Amino acid sequence: MVSFKSILTGAVLALGLSTAAFAEEKLKVGFIYVGPTGDFGWTYQHDQGRQAIEKELGDAVETSFVESVPEGADAERVLTQMALSGTKLIYATSFGYMDAVQNVAAKFPDVRFEHATGYKQADNVATYSARFYQGRAVIGTIAGRMTKTNKIGYIASFPIPEVIRGINSAYIHAKKVNPDVEFKVVWVYTWFDPAKEADAATAMIEQGVDVIMQHTDSPAAMTIAEEKGIYAFGQASDMSKFGPHAQLTAIIDNWGPYYIERTKAVMDGTWASGNTWDGMKEGMVVLAPFSDALPDDVKAEAQALADSMAAGTYHPFTGPLNKQDGSAWLADGEVADDGTLAGMDFYVEGIEGDIPK
Amino acid sequence: MDLSTINPVLLIASLMVAATPIMLAAIGELVVEKAGVLNLGVEGMMIIGAICGFAIAVETGSPLLGFVAAAVAGAVLSLLFAFLTQILLANQVASGLALTLFGLGLSALIGQSYAGIKPPPTPKIDIPLLSDIPILGPILFGHDLMVYFAILLIAAVWAVLKYTRLGLILRAVGENHDAAHALGYKVVRIRILAIMFGGACAGLGGAYLSLIRVPQWTEGMTAGAGWIALAIVVFASWKPWRVMLGAYLFGGVTVLQFNLQAAGVNIPVQYLAMSPYLVTILVLVIMSSSKARSAMNAPAALGRIFHATH
Repeated sequence: MVSFKSILTGAVLALGLSTAAFAEEKLKVGFIYVGPTGDFGWTYQHDQGRQAIEKELGDAVETSFVESVPEGADAERVLTQMALSGTKLIYATSFGYMDAVQNVAAKFPDVRFEHATGYKQADNVATYSARFYQGRAVIGTIAGRMTKTNKIGYIASFPIPEVIRGINSAYIHAKKVNPDVEFKVVWVYTWFDPAKEADAATAMIEQGVDVIMQHTDSPAAMTIAEEKGIYAFGQASDMSKFGPHAQLTAIIDNWGPYYIERTKAVMDGTWASGNTWDGMKEGMVVLAPFSDALPDDVKAEAQALADSMAAGTYHPFTGPLNKQDGSAWLADGEVADDGTLAGMDFYVEGIEGDIPK
Repeated sequence: MDLSTINPVLLIASLMVAATPIMLAAIGELVVEKAGVLNLGVEGMMIIGAICGFAIAVETGSPLLGFVAAAVAGAVLSLLFAFLTQILLANQVASGLALTLFGLGLSALIGQSYAGIKPPPTPKIDIPLLSDIPILGPILFGHDLMVYFAILLIAAVWAVLKYTRLGLILRAVGENHDAAHALGYKVVRIRILAIMFGGACAGLGGAYLSLIRVPQWTEGMTAGAGWIALAIVVFASWKPWRVMLGAYLFGGVTVLQFNLQAAGVNIPVQYLAMSPYLVTILVLVIMSSSKARSAMNAPAALGRIFHATH
């Protein structure tokens, strides 16, 4: 009885304290970005999410961000500084911040961390990512329908599972609607280097590519596509202002709803660690409006595919699928599990070339 | 692997475009070094040129004015270096590095409101008939003005250094500033002018990136081009035409590498990416292997501080 009473008192006390705390101070939410907020791609979209929090929660929160933080020791310094200055919830928005987040989180148990695209969790570290490969399935389908030379260019950043998964998903769906399609993959080894991305796009176009996809952050390739009069897809953000004629659609990372939900969870004390991997169904992956260059039947086909993934009735990696070397991967009707997808290190059958080591 | 998908004509044409920014920056730096000054701030001056050229081109709608502004901005920034090293006699290496860091930061500040804007297009020269000639047409006659300007600049620098009194004075200052001073030449003034010329060229190179090659403004977009320009000057052993060759080689490596990848050739990217620097090191080794050779090439007073004693 005594223990029950004390628990009750404690709870009431805690409740009273926390309301009092809310009344006098705002929840401080911090963001650290790997690129500039003006990259009009990856970091830009995270910053849109930050602004969505401010819009939704208004005076109850105070957000701040630090941009262009290199992955490594600098990240740890910035995170520590944020935690020391009273930030209670920190979003670290690049894969390479993983270990820095772990280290800092261990020192500040009362600060909550959200790490994008990572895989290490802790009591106060949650991870989140989006199922971008669903968007890749749609743009693969569109690319397969729209290419006249049957050559599709793919500007890839680093040979990590995230990127390889995107290439596979796009290829499978392009091949499905156009058996003659061929992928030209160029690795640029950077997330963000407009000159290199532009050069890669130019090189591919000179070899007959007439539709370009990218897994890098800047709209440079889109600019080149517009100039050369071919098609391309926006990456992470709607890039139509860089290619009003070139952009067929874009895969948009919509972090806002997740950020709002998690920030609210911290405010009402229900926040718990975990791993979120959301897609079109939850609205984390969104497509930009289809271009008028698409014929109506292609629009309808792409929309139907997107709808089926949003409804959860179709998975982009559904068998029968073989690996590049011809060995069996998924049997007829079998669906890839998240574990395999998260660690994907092979091409599917039909893609030419090797993944760099 | 299908090498036949690489079109050599288009490859050479895009190689010339890729080489232009580093060629402009390198020929400017060559003049600076010929005057005996080592300015490691090329990267900083390039990026300042990139943003200033971009901003002015956007505001006025004229790419030509943009390029003029870029040259002025590069020259103005280089004056800071000139002031530090020629008037205050500060260490050239440290001042140059500071200039690079300063330029990168300042350009990001100026450029904040210019991200995501499209610059006005720079017209290409399309000479009817000539640009229709097979093979030679696209390589020689299908470019924008700056590509030709860069080549003309190389020729001009070569001619001035080799045949004119001005070139002779510049070289004298770079080889032996005390002797030049004794002859009555204004060493400091000549060096400041050379530094400004270098800054203007680097600014033009930067603007070529932001106005033509990419074309858009993004923070840090020079991505090391200034350092490649510095390497080219050494690679060229301070000879103008070799700067052109070096720029085509160094600029060509990236373009070639992407073309090979797209054609399905599996060459580890890292090897090609480091090859320009390997070649530079090799050239340095060959140059220093004999005294006579190195004496013929590097300006003798390069990087040495000049202090007039009277």
